[in-house]
Amino acid sequence: MTVDETIRQVLADHGRLAVPVDTLADDADLFGAGMTSHASVNVMLALEDAFEFEFSEKMLKKSTFESIEAIRTGVLEMTGE
Amino acid sequence: MSASATLRVGIDLVSVDEVADSVRHFGDRYVTRIYTSHEIDSCRAEMGHGDAGAPGPSDALEAYAIGSLAARFAAKEAVMKVLRPIGVQLDWRTIEIHRMTGGWCEIRLSGRAATMAVEAGIEELSVSLTHEASMAGAVVVGRCTDTYPSQGREET
Repeated sequence: MTVDETIRQVLADHGRLAVPVDTLADDADLFGAGMTSHASVNVMLALEDAFEFEFSEKMLKKSTFESIEAIRTGVLEMTGE
Repeated sequence: MSASATLRVGIDLVSVDEVADSVRHFGDRYVTRIYTSHEIDSCRAEMGHGDAGAPGPSDALEAYAIGSLAARFAAKEAVMKVLRPIGVQLDWRTIEIHRMTGGWCEIRLSGRAATMAVEAGIEELSVSLTHEASMAGAVVVGRCTDTYPSQGREET
């Protein structure tokens, strides 16, 4: 799977979104789409599992998880790609 | 109440089943990223605080009083609503729900959360927790001095 496909799968499995993840644009507001703070913790942990890294403290902010685009930026920064 | 003090209130609800799912799926990794060691000790299933989560095969799931974990998560989120961080995701462990010997809980802040409370003029926080089989909730009240008039008072 590509990075984006993995992110979307993680969101489908753990984001508890109110709408199917494949209906969301890359820049759609995930919190606006129903992701709670608690769900965002699960998304964070699942991303760490999927990409085999641990988010640094400076990455742990709401904006890191606010959209697929933002998550992709964070993942690529953490994986050094 | 003194005319020079204001109150802030935060409230939050959390699904006990969602917390159970997180513990089942991520185990201690989930628990240690969210809760302080005191909170973890307070929520050990053998403490007998009432495990409102559904029983499951996972050792981690059986180790904790899931309803108590869920109520503490709700309290942390309620504190966030009182602190009103903008664009900041506080480390959950900088907000500790401290269980007192008598059974009630108090809030202890550290790190960035403590700094934000000082900046907002919050002198005192009080919390009440509850959990039933499916939902857990918490209400937090913060008493603020009126010496920080620019702290988010502007209407939009």
